[in-house]
Amino acid sequence: MGPDFVQLSLTPMLIGTLAALACALPGNFLLLRRQALIGDAISHVVLPGIVVAFLITGTVAAWPMMLGASLAAIVAVLLIEAIKRLGRIDAGAAMGVVFTAMFAGGVLLLEQSDTSSVHLDVEHALYGNLESLIWLGAEGWSSLLDWTALSQMPPQVARLAAVLVVVAGFIFVFWNALKISTFDEGFALSLGIRARLLGFGLVVVTAIAAVAAFDAVGSIIVIAMFICPPAAARLMTDDLGRQVAWSAAFAIVSAVLGYIFAGYGPLWFGAAGSVSAAGMIATVSGLILAATCLFGPKRKRIGAAREV
Amino acid sequence: MRNALQGSIEVVARNGEAAHAAISPNLPLLIEGLTVSYGEKPAIFSIDARFAAGRTIAIVGPNGAGKSTLIKAALGIVPRLSGTVRVFGQPIEQVRGRMAYVPQRASVDWDFPARVVDVVMMGLYRTLGFLRFAGPKERQRALACLDRVGMADFAKRQIGQLSGGQQQRVFLARALAQDADLYLLDEPLAGVDAATERTIMDVLKSLKNEGRTVICVHHDLSTVAQYFDDVLLINVRKIAEGPVASTFTDGNLQKTYGGRLAGAHIEQLRLPVE
Repeated sequence: MGPDFVQLSLTPMLIGTLAALACALPGNFLLLRRQALIGDAISHVVLPGIVVAFLITGTVAAWPMMLGASLAAIVAVLLIEAIKRLGRIDAGAAMGVVFTAMFAGGVLLLEQSDTSSVHLDVEHALYGNLESLIWLGAEGWSSLLDWTALSQMPPQVARLAAVLVVVAGFIFVFWNALKISTFDEGFALSLGIRARLLGFGLVVVTAIAAVAAFDAVGSIIVIAMFICPPAAARLMTDDLGRQVAWSAAFAIVSAVLGYIFAGYGPLWFGAAGSVSAAGMIATVSGLILAATCLFGPKRKRIGAAREV
Repeated sequence: MRNALQGSIEVVARNGEAAHAAISPNLPLLIEGLTVSYGEKPAIFSIDARFAAGRTIAIVGPNGAGKSTLIKAALGIVPRLSGTVRVFGQPIEQVRGRMAYVPQRASVDWDFPARVVDVVMMGLYRTLGFLRFAGPKERQRALACLDRVGMADFAKRQIGQLSGGQQQRVFLARALAQDADLYLLDEPLAGVDAATERTIMDVLKSLKNEGRTVICVHHDLSTVAQYFDDVLLINVRKIAEGPVASTFTDGNLQKTYGGRLAGAHIEQLRLPVE
């Protein structure tokens, strides 16, 4: 692995890994709260946010796009909560209504407004542009210690690293409260834990992770990483702490192996070129989930043993 | 309907005001004019009740009478539409450390990734405080509580692998870990085996003997007299409260269940328990 690797593969791999981790960590709690699809919902509703941000600012610069996406995510979360409470319906149904409506609104806006001059397309939204996030300023491994070279890294690296710190920090600081309120909300409330505020905080953190990851790697990875690594991890252990650790390991393995398979896999089979890294990373995470379904030590449903 | 409700709430509020002076710091739980509503229709309406220290108290009433709602409101889990709750003479927020809660077993997902000892340690949340994680000391306390309910051997089991009765005992152990002065339990004997019922009642009696107060939502009319000192009969509104001997009467039961209990059924309840 020489200078070429550092220049062309290191940063996409790093970005993929950071994005996978930022999504997989909160995914553990979303999964246990039966809210896993909120990641899916958020990655859909960012589309109208991005389009509106573009219409207002006229640029496709990262910050207005992310701001628009974040605002759309927050609007969506509030709408979901409102529909859930006012209509007194299931969270999944409320999510379904909100994200399809907002996504459709985004498509409509995109159609009606003159965005043809810029690159706002569906393919980009799905697959991101992981392969293009290369580090041109790098000359080899030594560049990791060279400040000028480091400053030329794709901005997604620093952005996703910051988001990962926020996500992991939130989970660490509120670990006990999150654990109790996820298992038994009534008991959490009786202890004085502000469980609903905490649940909202979790969704906001999720939205931040989804938007940052979406910008770098597209929605396929985002959706897969909220669900696959935590679900596979749940089948490996009966301890929440270990589950979170397993999910992080699975996220890293998916990102690294997925990137390598996408870049070199086709060559091994004699084909030319490569396939989408985002698609392959999501595929690897799905294969890991399938493997744990078949061989994970805790895969047996225990409900049967529950009767007195 | 709405106007009538509104009118009554005002009356409730005024009555509540007047009664405030009598709040004693020794009274574990005082409820005045408590109304809770999940929609248009109140789940409980204008309930007044005093729960004395060192007693075991059953809350009894038909399905949908608001029994669970009453204790959830007393714990501040569901918002009150009106009324006051005072725990040891203080608002709930200031005395949470002295209250313990056992929710209905069916209210949680037992597939959650936790072992028995992990669930019991959740009862130590308030003593742990911010950014501190459970260590050997907390584990020891949790194991002692598990021992009290006869579940010490199951400490490392995944909670989904327990029987219903065992899960109920784990919930009781978690409440014991809270080391509270006021225990509120939601149907602790629902669907448990005979051995578990005996264990739970022994623990509740020992709590009472230590001077703590135990309030249970209870569904089995045939065991009220055997297990409890006092009873609160409700059906959305309060029907009666007081010592079992003088309160748990045919007339009050008829009023509580609205004629749904046949006379013969009530006769049966009067039979001495074997």
